[in-house]
Amino acid sequence: MITGKLSHLEQHYDVVVVGGGPAGMAAAVGARDAGAEKILIVDREKEAGGILWQCIHPGFGLHHFKEELTGPEYAQRYLASVMDKGVDVVTGAFVFDADRDRRIQLTSGQHGIRVIDSKALVLGMGARERTRGAIRIPGTRPAGVLTAGLAQKFVNMMGFLPGKRVVILGSGDIGLIMARRLTLEGVEVVGVFEIMPHANGLNRNIVQCLHDFDIPLHLSTTVAHIHGRDRVEKVTVAPVDAALRPIMEKSWDIDCDTLLLSIGLLPENELSRQLGISLDPVTSGPVVSSRMETSMPGVFACGNVVHIHDLVDFVSQESYLAGTNAGEFVTGKRRPADNVRLVPGENVRYCVPHTISTDREHTVYMRVRQPLEKCLIRLGDVYQKKLLYVFPAEMVNLTIRPRFLEQFHGDALRVDVVPRDT
Amino acid sequence: MLYDVVIVGGGVIGSAIARELMRYRLRAVLVEKECEVGFGTSKSNSGIIHAGHHSAPGTLKGDLEWTGNQMWDPLNADLDFGFKRIGELTVAMNEAQVHEIEALKRQGETRGVPGLEIWDRERTLKAEPNLTPDLLASLSAPTAGVINPYEACFSLVENACINGLELSVENPVLGITPEPDGTLTVKTRHGLYHTRFVINAAGVFADSVAAMVGLNDFRIYVRKGEEYLLDKRLEGFVQRLIFPCPDPVTRSKGILVIPTFDGTLMVGPTSHVVDDKDDLTTTSAGSDEVFDKVTQVVPGISSRDCIAEFAGLRAVADGEDFIIGPTAVKGFINVAGIQSPGLTAAPAIAAMVIDILRDEGLALAPNDHFIPTVPRRVRFGALPIEEKIRLADENPRYAHLICRCEHVSEQEILDAIHDGARTLDGVKFRTRAGMGRCQGGFCTWRIMELLAGELAIPISDVTKRGGGSWIIMQREEGEQQV
Ligand SMILES: Cc1cc2nc3c(=O)[nH]c(=O)nc-3n(C[C@H](O)[C@H](O)[C@H](O)COP(=O)(O)OP(=O)(O)OC[C@H]3O[C@@H](n4cnc5c(N)ncnc54)[C@H](O)[C@@H]3O)c2cc1C
Repeated sequence: MITGKLSHLEQHYDVVVVGGGPAGMAAAVGARDAGAEKILIVDREKEAGGILWQCIHPGFGLHHFKEELTGPEYAQRYLASVMDKGVDVVTGAFVFDADRDRRIQLTSGQHGIRVIDSKALVLGMGARERTRGAIRIPGTRPAGVLTAGLAQKFVNMMGFLPGKRVVILGSGDIGLIMARRLTLEGVEVVGVFEIMPHANGLNRNIVQCLHDFDIPLHLSTTVAHIHGRDRVEKVTVAPVDAALRPIMEKSWDIDCDTLLLSIGLLPENELSRQLGISLDPVTSGPVVSSRMETSMPGVFACGNVVHIHDLVDFVSQESYLAGTNAGEFVTGKRRPADNVRLVPGENVRYCVPHTISTDREHTVYMRVRQPLEKCLIRLGDVYQKKLLYVFPAEMVNLTIRPRFLEQFHGDALRVDVVPRDT
Repeated sequence: MLYDVVIVGGGVIGSAIARELMRYRLRAVLVEKECEVGFGTSKSNSGIIHAGHHSAPGTLKGDLEWTGNQMWDPLNADLDFGFKRIGELTVAMNEAQVHEIEALKRQGETRGVPGLEIWDRERTLKAEPNLTPDLLASLSAPTAGVINPYEACFSLVENACINGLELSVENPVLGITPEPDGTLTVKTRHGLYHTRFVINAAGVFADSVAAMVGLNDFRIYVRKGEEYLLDKRLEGFVQRLIFPCPDPVTRSKGILVIPTFDGTLMVGPTSHVVDDKDDLTTTSAGSDEVFDKVTQVVPGISSRDCIAEFAGLRAVADGEDFIIGPTAVKGFINVAGIQSPGLTAAPAIAAMVIDILRDEGLALAPNDHFIPTVPRRVRFGALPIEEKIRLADENPRYAHLICRCEHVSEQEILDAIHDGARTLDGVKFRTRAGMGRCQGGFCTWRIMELLAGELAIPISDVTKRGGGSWIIMQREEGEQQV
């Protein structure tokens, strides 16, 4: 583990990156490569690397490093290049304020309260897990109801178990990974319950984490009640109707001491709100241009703070771009501004970035609403591409080359993902 | 050795009585079955110090509500648990309701509640632009306030202990025997207390405690209230407490919007009789009721912003009023049926109980060494930046953030543990760590480490709130990495 305890914190930086996860690290590298000189990453954890440290399973880096790494290995590699490039990293430090002059305030046990100026600011605060309150599961409030990520921290970082007999609500990737991890630890995982008719995690995780371990996945089923005064004693699960309401006549009880929640991630945009930048109500993240710049000039955003990714490789890619543009903002050689707005159309929940320009190549990330096989992704009438399948749990990414945009003279392009025969 | 007073139950009522008692030279003990004081109904309520005009005239609770309301300013000046008079608006949606709020106004004025005003639509919406434009008028009551009810309990008891109260937690009272000489023997899990007086402040279990001395003349049933906390993003969405017009039949106060002391918005409570006195469940029907009703008055509120929920139980006696006074059993005093506005009334109830004890023959010699205050606790997150910088320079533990949603520092957690917190909930309700939008995802482990370190216990012995509420277990092989 690299522990670069920063002994001296400057007061002025070219680029300050808030958050030292994969997004922040890639952004810092991007900013350096684009010519920014003094760069600082601030992270509230003891180490930079974000959630990667607790993801000890493989499956990282297949796209980016073209080999399969574990989370910590991926973090280690990135951190090494961050250090190589002479980026300052301050950890155990929490940014509690940021303003439109790109001045941040941080608090740290080591450095006290500090005010730091930056020429460009990159937001890479990541995401947090949704908790019980967000979905208001009825019942008592005992110990033993926790998010899958917290359980992952208990097991993988601290070496303790969250319980002996576990029910998992939600088929998000962290929950699937934890189903396998806990089984390997000798914990009994009774099943994974998903309210939607389709799983919320990557298909490869359904296969490798559930099927391979005979852990049942109950679709269109939810936890309708939590029982137990001090500690979880059992949960009532029930299939749901079309309005996603539990059908109690068909419910059954499961004895367990733990309920893990894997019910989604929420971008951490408290600082973005303080700054007053525009947020997209669908992603809950900042609206960004193709430079990954927010509505506030000189403030960039990347990674899960913008939209929830399912693979770290794309976080790194998107964030490197954000960092590059932050660096260019500092050195003054900016790419031309965007001139086309992307409008999510049929079966498209959102597109990131929200705007593009017709003069260069872009990668557009999007999520669909409904699974489809043999479909077509359509960009107005300038471009279309066949896809074998789309799935809400898997982000779709699309590279658009400038030659398709040259002929386009409007200011908005609608993006649809439709069955092939329409 | 003979005690003067044993208080059964450390809710806000028992706590307020304990604190008043310690103004005198007495031997007193507070016995509480949960792991912390306040962990019964007193932590699970709306935290409102009611304005004084809600309860019907001629009731004990109506009188004590208004007397109690006026006692919270000096109490807060001493104990600094935090109290703000943010005022209240009761909203009328139609002509009939306008008559209702006019009647409420007269009811309050008869009692002497100052400042009551009927506001027309325009004035109401100017003050609270996020209320529904469909309203007709509102009744403004500036005397209404909010507190953190659990913090009030903690500081009342902390102060009482400074002045000589004995506190015994996780110690249920199991039986009480009247002795031939007129004293009482109180049997608890941890031993016997021999005493001259017993104060029955056992909340929803006050009837069972009375039954221990053979008193079966009242019954307590419970009315559950569910409350839903919203993301801090909505702080300031309404500035005042928002009440709908009370139901003309049930007189229930209805579903409120509560800007809590720390700024988090809360909506609730429901009000339904349940059978089980341990039924602290929240329900989907309750959640639907709360959000359906609340959006009629404040349309911008959505269940999407919910971060946490809880339920509390009102202890309701037959006849709906408080039962406070001596009983047929010498030395046994009831403080029962303390439903809403029990929190508001607590200081007035405590004063009343002192008078009762005096009348019943307890010699009350003033304690000349009574210390009215508690050491001031730093709330780091709420300080102005210059003050933060200064404190952090002095003690870096203030700059080390543990709870990032509510901005609670390591030093504040340590203070809470030194003040008696022994569980995650004990820390949470003293410092707010873990109450924010991430609900402990970030801070749980950090607080467990601090608790384990300060209490010198293995980290797997840290619990959520005592009893069987364990959080983690050792791996089978017993290997431990911390
Ligand atoms: C949803 C809701 C909202 C409310 N809102 C408000 C409000 O906004 N304003 C207001 O003024 N009032 C409000 N109230 C009412 C208020 O909360 C109560 O009146 C008040 O908390 C009662 O305090 P207490 O000390 O009597 O009860 P409790 O806090 O329940 O204390 C009783 C204590 O006795 C202990 N105990 C019981 N049996 C034993 C035993 N055998 N041995 C030892 N200990 C025992 C219990 O563990 C408990 O700690 C509300 C109530 C509810 C439920």
